[in-house]
Amino acid sequence: MGPGVAWYLAVAGFLFGTGTLGVLLRRNPLIVLLSLEIMLNGANLALIGFARNLRDGSGQIFALAVMAVAASEVVVGLGLVVALNRKRITLDVDRLNTLRG
Amino acid sequence: MLVASAGNVLVWAVWMAAAFACLGSGVAVVSFSNPFYSALALIGNLGSLAVLYLLLSAEFVAAAQVLVYAGAVMVMFLFVIAYIGPRSESPWMGGPSWQAVGAVLAAGALLIEIVVVIGLKASGRLSHSEHVGAAFGSPATIGRLFLTDHLLAFEITSIVLLVAAVGGVILGSHSRRSADEVPSL
Repeated sequence: MGPGVAWYLAVAGFLFGTGTLGVLLRRNPLIVLLSLEIMLNGANLALIGFARNLRDGSGQIFALAVMAVAASEVVVGLGLVVALNRKRITLDVDRLNTLRG
Repeated sequence: MLVASAGNVLVWAVWMAAAFACLGSGVAVVSFSNPFYSALALIGNLGSLAVLYLLLSAEFVAAAQVLVYAGAVMVMFLFVIAYIGPRSESPWMGGPSWQAVGAVLAAGALLIEIVVVIGLKASGRLSHSEHVGAAFGSPATIGRLFLTDHLLAFEITSIVLLVAAVGGVILGSHSRRSADEVPSL
């Protein structure tokens, strides 16, 4: 008998917490985006673990939708980072306090 | 019996390797000071997660994970990091004190999550169903679910991706035009 779903959930919780720490503590927006990916992947692992546990494929559909949303979020986030870089704005999330172009 | 136990040992060994690679690379992503190394560690994280998905017999999601994340998203990340170039690293802390409070809360939530999971396992509420049929994670099953039960989610996902692509193009072109107008500092 392989590892049960609880082990996967423990890994998923650890990943989510690690990503949360990165989002809260890091200042570089690129690393904040990478930590956000870790949070999303932790949630995905929990979804697929429960899908396996309940023998229901809908969890996998949800995980694929999360992947699509993550890809969209990365496109917009990296577009913002590139735009900030072109305007010579410091890449520090604590100093970003205006949205006007 | 011997074959079965040998297979279980193999499954556990693969699970341990993938899980510890996953956790280690996750911590590495958050703690590296160079974003390039963080992105490389995230590739390792995504690969080991794909192994975990395979162990959960979700083959299609594992393949999509490698293709979409490790393929497309990470290439975009690395391209942008290389485009921006090396820069002085931002420190860990130094923000307002509520950030430290939030970090402590996040760590506490992590601990509570893991304790709750172990408690659920101990009380037997998370029994692992061993047999899920070969069709569980196959592309045919996923496609059928997408086009029958979850058709609306499928269509909305396509619209979200289209809007994100248009937004990326607009962000890129707009910043280029305004960079010409703004005098160089």
